[in-house]
Amino acid sequence: MSNQTTDTHVYLFGTCLIDLLYPDAGMASIELLQNAGIQVIFPPAQSCCGQPAFNSGFRSEAREVARKQLDCFPKSYPVVVPSASCAGMMKHHWPELFEGNRDEERAYEIASRVYELTEYLVDRLDYQPVDKGESTTVAIHSSCSALREMGVADRIEKLVGGLQQVTCVEQAYKSECCGFGGTFAVKQPEISGAMVTEKAASIRDTGAERLISQDCGCLMNIGGAFEKQGEGPECQHIAEFLLERSNGS
Amino acid sequence: MDHKLGEEVNSRFGKRIGEALADPQIRRNFRNALDGVMAKRAEQFPDPDELWQLRNLDKAIRANSLHKLPQLLEQLEQQLTDNGIQVHWAVDGEEANKIVSDILDGRGVKKIIKGKSMVTEETGLNHHLEQLGYEVIESDLGEYIIQLAEEPPSHIVAPAIHKSRLEIADLFAEKFPDIPYTDDVDEMTHSARLILRKEFASADAGISGVNFAVAETGTLCLVENEGNGRLSTTAPPIHIAVTGIEKVVEKLSDVPPLLSILTRSATGQPITTYFNMISSPRKEHELDGPEEVHLVLLDNGRSAIREDDELDATLRCIRCGACINHCPVYVRVGGHAYGTVYPGPIGSVLEPQRLGIHEAGKLATACSLCGRCGEVCPVKIPLPQLINRIRAESNEAASDSTVRGHNSLRNQKEVLTWKLWSALYCSPLLYGLFTRTATVLRVLAPSKLGAWTRYRKAPKPAARSLHAMAARKGVDHE
Repeated sequence: MSNQTTDTHVYLFGTCLIDLLYPDAGMASIELLQNAGIQVIFPPAQSCCGQPAFNSGFRSEAREVARKQLDCFPKSYPVVVPSASCAGMMKHHWPELFEGNRDEERAYEIASRVYELTEYLVDRLDYQPVDKGESTTVAIHSSCSALREMGVADRIEKLVGGLQQVTCVEQAYKSECCGFGGTFAVKQPEISGAMVTEKAASIRDTGAERLISQDCGCLMNIGGAFEKQGEGPECQHIAEFLLERSNGS
Repeated sequence: MDHKLGEEVNSRFGKRIGEALADPQIRRNFRNALDGVMAKRAEQFPDPDELWQLRNLDKAIRANSLHKLPQLLEQLEQQLTDNGIQVHWAVDGEEANKIVSDILDGRGVKKIIKGKSMVTEETGLNHHLEQLGYEVIESDLGEYIIQLAEEPPSHIVAPAIHKSRLEIADLFAEKFPDIPYTDDVDEMTHSARLILRKEFASADAGISGVNFAVAETGTLCLVENEGNGRLSTTAPPIHIAVTGIEKVVEKLSDVPPLLSILTRSATGQPITTYFNMISSPRKEHELDGPEEVHLVLLDNGRSAIREDDELDATLRCIRCGACINHCPVYVRVGGHAYGTVYPGPIGSVLEPQRLGIHEAGKLATACSLCGRCGEVCPVKIPLPQLINRIRAESNEAASDSTVRGHNSLRNQKEVLTWKLWSALYCSPLLYGLFTRTATVLRVLAPSKLGAWTRYRKAPKPAARSLHAMAARKGVDHE
C-alpha cells in the first residue's frame, strides 16, 4: 500500500450499467479522481466486462465481449472501476476466461492493474474526504463482490467514516446479499424478490436518510424495491456522495 | 414430500421454491436456526489467521487424499481386512443397498438401528430394507423426528432443522399419545431417549456412516453428539458402515486437523460429545462390540467427478454444512425445495454432477454468487466458481466435458439472446447506437419487466450515457 502514489493517469472503466442507467456515478468518479490531481482517460470503445454472460454460463460470448475491452487499456496506467462486481470480473475472472487463449497474458497484465474505485482512492491516493455538507445519517451496503471477491468493503467504510457530519447506521444482516446477482434476478425472480424485500426492510428500519454503496447493481435492486414499496432512503453511489459532500451541496 | 429425492429435480424446482417461499413458518424456522449456528461458528474462529492456516492445511489433506485416491483405497481395504473388517465395493446405490441386504439376509435380523448417514439417503437404503420387511429405526434425534414425520432430511447435519420446537411437540403428541404433551426440549429429548434405548438393546444390526476412513491404520471415524452413533455401531451384533469412496484420508495424523475444523464449522462446537474410532469387530477377550463389521464403499459417480481438474474439488467436502448455513438462498427456501439429498451450495455443485445436468443442473441457477459459501468452506472448495462452472456445463460445455448431461439445458432462445448481446457489446458502433437510442427514447422504456417489477420499479435509462457525458465534458479518451 502506498499513499505517495506516482500515478499520473488512470483509465476509467465505466461499466455498462453505469453507462446507461447511472452515468452521474461515472462522472462523479471521474471528477473525484481529477480533483485529486489524476488525469482520467475514458476509452470510448469500452462497453461491458462480460460478466452477465460469464455468470449465466455463456463463456464464449463473455470472452468475445471481454476481449474487446482488452484493447482499451494499452498503457500501463491503473484501471479504475466504480463497481466491485465488474472490477472482480476483470481482476479475477478475466485471467480464468482467457486461460490457454492467445490473450491470456494480456488479460493477466490488465487484471493486475484493476482497482475498484474506493480501493483506489484509499490505497493508492490516500484520499482524505472533505465534508462541507449538512449533518446526515447514512447506511452503507457493500456488494458481495466488494465484501468477498475483492475484499475491499472496508474502504467505503473508511471513506464515509472520514466525513465529520455523516453518521453511519448499520442494518441487520448487513453482509447478506441483496438478491441482485445479475441474471439470478431473472432466472430465480421469486428468491431474488424475497431477498431484496427483506434487504430493503432492514435498511429502512435503520431510519437512514441515504443508502450508499460502491455498486450500482445493488442500488438498482434495493432502490427499485424502495420505489415499489413507496418508501425508503435515497440511494447514491459512493462517488456521487463523496463529491457532493466535498462540494457542500 | 411428493416423491423420491433426486428425481424430477429440474422440472419441479420452480414449484418447490414457490411453495417454500410462501410458507412463513418454514422461513422463520430456518432463519432462527441458522442465525444461531452461524453465530456459534463465528465464535469458534476468533483468529482469522489461525482459520486461514487451518483451512489451507485441511484443503491440502483432502486434496492429497483425492490425488492418491486409488492407492489409498487399496491400502484402506488391506488395513481394514487385516483388522477383521469386511470391505465391499458398490458402483451405485442399488448395488450398495443389495450388498447391505445380502449381509443381513438369512441371519434372523428383524430390527435395524441406524446412526446418521447421508450416503444411505443417497442410495435410498431405508426404503430398500423396509421393502424387504426389515424394521429400520433412525437413532439420531433429528433423523428420528423426520422419520416419524415421514419426511426426508432438509439439512445434511441437522436433518429436522425445518421444524420448530412446537411442531416437534405436536408430532410427538400425535405419534405417542401415551406420553403427556410437552414442548420442553429437554423433556422431549428424554422421551426420545427412553424410546430409543429399547431399540438399541433389541436391534439385530446397526448401520452408520463414516466421517473419515484412515488408510494407514484401517480406522473408521464417526463424529456425533448423541451417543447414538456409538450405540448403533457397538450394541447390535452386526455393524455395517456405508460411505463414499472420497472419505478416505491417508494418515491418522490427518484426522485431528479435519475433526477440529469439521465440528467448529458444522455446529460451532470445539469438539463433539462423541468421537468414535472403529478399528475392528469385537476381539476374543473383549466384552462388547459387534461380532462383525462391514464397510461398504460407494462410488455412485464420484470417480467421474474426480476426472475433472476443476470440479474434482467437489470431493474435498467433509459434509460440515457451513456453506448451507451461510447461504442466503437456502435460508429462504430450505432444504426440501432442492429436491435432492444434498441441498444448498454444495448440493448445487454435487447433485448436477451426480445426477446429471439434465436431471439437476437447474439447482445452479438458485445462486446469486454472493460468495459466502466459498468464504466459510473449511476445505476451501471454491463453491461460487464451481456453481458458475455448472452453469457453463448446462449451456456451453467444453468439447471434452466429462459432466453427465452437459449442454442439456441449452435453449435456443437464450443462446440467441447472448449471441445478440455479444454482437452489440462487441461493436462500439452498434453499442453507441443502442445507448443513444435508449437514452433518447427513455420515456418509452418499459415500466413492466416481468418478475423484476413484481418486487421493484423498473430502472430507466439516463438522459445521457456516460460515454456521451464524458465526451461532452472533454474527458481524455486516450
